[in-house]
Amino acid sequence: MTMPFYVAPEQVMKDRADYARKGIARGRSLAAVLYDQGILICAENPSSTLRKISEIYDRIAFAGVGKYNEFDQLRIAGIRAADLKGYAYSREDVDARSLANQYAQILGQIFTHEMKPMEVEILVAEVGAEPGGDQLFHILYDGTVMDEENVTVLGGEAEAIAARLQETWRAGLPLDEAVRVTVQALAGPERSIGPSELEAAVLSRTNGRRAFRRIDDEELSGYLGEQASPS
Amino acid sequence: MPFFTPGDDPGPSFTELLRRVGLAPPVPTLSPGERIEIAHGTTVVAIRYADGVVMAGDRRATAGNFISHRAIEKVFPADRHSGVAIAGAAGPAMEMVKLFQLQLEHYEKVEGTALSLEGKANTLAQMVRSNLPAAMQGLGVVPLFAGYDTHRRAGRLFEYDLTGGRYEETRFAASGSGSLHASTVIKLGYREGMDRGGAVDLAITALFEAADEDSATGGPDLVRGIYPVIATITSSGFERLADDEVAERFQDLVATLTEREATAPRLPETTTEGGGER
Repeated sequence: MTMPFYVAPEQVMKDRADYARKGIARGRSLAAVLYDQGILICAENPSSTLRKISEIYDRIAFAGVGKYNEFDQLRIAGIRAADLKGYAYSREDVDARSLANQYAQILGQIFTHEMKPMEVEILVAEVGAEPGGDQLFHILYDGTVMDEENVTVLGGEAEAIAARLQETWRAGLPLDEAVRVTVQALAGPERSIGPSELEAAVLSRTNGRRAFRRIDDEELSGYLGEQASPS
Repeated sequence: MPFFTPGDDPGPSFTELLRRVGLAPPVPTLSPGERIEIAHGTTVVAIRYADGVVMAGDRRATAGNFISHRAIEKVFPADRHSGVAIAGAAGPAMEMVKLFQLQLEHYEKVEGTALSLEGKANTLAQMVRSNLPAAMQGLGVVPLFAGYDTHRRAGRLFEYDLTGGRYEETRFAASGSGSLHASTVIKLGYREGMDRGGAVDLAITALFEAADEDSATGGPDLVRGIYPVIATITSSGFERLADDEVAERFQDLVATLTEREATAPRLPETTTEGGGER
């Protein structure tokens, strides 16, 4: 009779966390910041069709980094949950906090019970009716939820980017400046990122019922000015 | 949060998702031939013009001889570039509109792009068809669908029948109990490539004349300030006209008609036999 190898639970969890972190670190990072009219989400993403940022509901957006097919599944599940809740109750009853908790449950469940954890980090953002009401929920591969203020960064280089962003971000930035500081933080001192390698969207208080709006390359280059074009 | 195995996934369909999670609205079951008296919406019209489509609907809902509602809305945005107008059983019709709106938005969010106008028209046809069992019991919904086709760069409009038959019209469409009178008015006043003002005035005239001939269609309610809902759908999207504009156009129409009426020949005065002056 063969004895199964004993592996300590600490070791199992650590291995899984390392595995997930490595997967996430392979991709590019993503940042979300508050600006005067709402929330700006900006990601480094060379693809113009496989998106990292998308609309979930009227005032709620989703963003993910890591393995595309995994966070896309989560994105669709989120749209379904939100649309079903809005249909069964009312549109006002759909909120980011509840969605973030559901995501956390799923990710936590998969992290502890499945062979392979999801190699994703996700963001659920909700724009409030007033500037004080904006919310950023950052959820990790193991189901850890963080309620972030003002700024959050997802992905492998999150710490370095967040440190840069914390230095340049301030409250009440207009959109163009918010785009500039976010892209500069994503790029770091040694590189510059052009509009075609970026994906950006906003949740704006001024957009009516559906607050989500994508910012296209042309608009982005307008905001970034010359700093964007690689010289 | 709903997750599905790949073979079981409802895809971008919201109605299918509702079925999978058991939230699909139930179909009413009456014994055959049995009817229930419920609110019905009446006249809606859609007219193509140079920039797109005008949709208009009166505000009356009736249950038999009763006016059950004086300010019901029958013209709704379906999404940014399309609108839906409903005639028939008010409850099921509004539920259908709500589901249709959700379906279009759900698809757009899941897929990342909006359905084509053709796709939207077919989706609505399926919804009307799935309402057929209810329609057999007197709960029929007969919508109009119109929109701006961003591929063809033109306004398009569709009529439906109770079985989900979908018919594209090139000039105008009407639905509901006053539709016969309304469409005659439009047919006579229609000109190819009309401008916005002309199309809106024609829609207003059509509704006024329908209300004049059909008791189930409501005219402008000057006492309460309730006017038909009128919307345009163009390349810049669905836009509902302000009540002020509709009111003003109605007043112009009423003034013209009053003037015409004043000069119209009168019936000769009749005197009753033996009822002379005393």
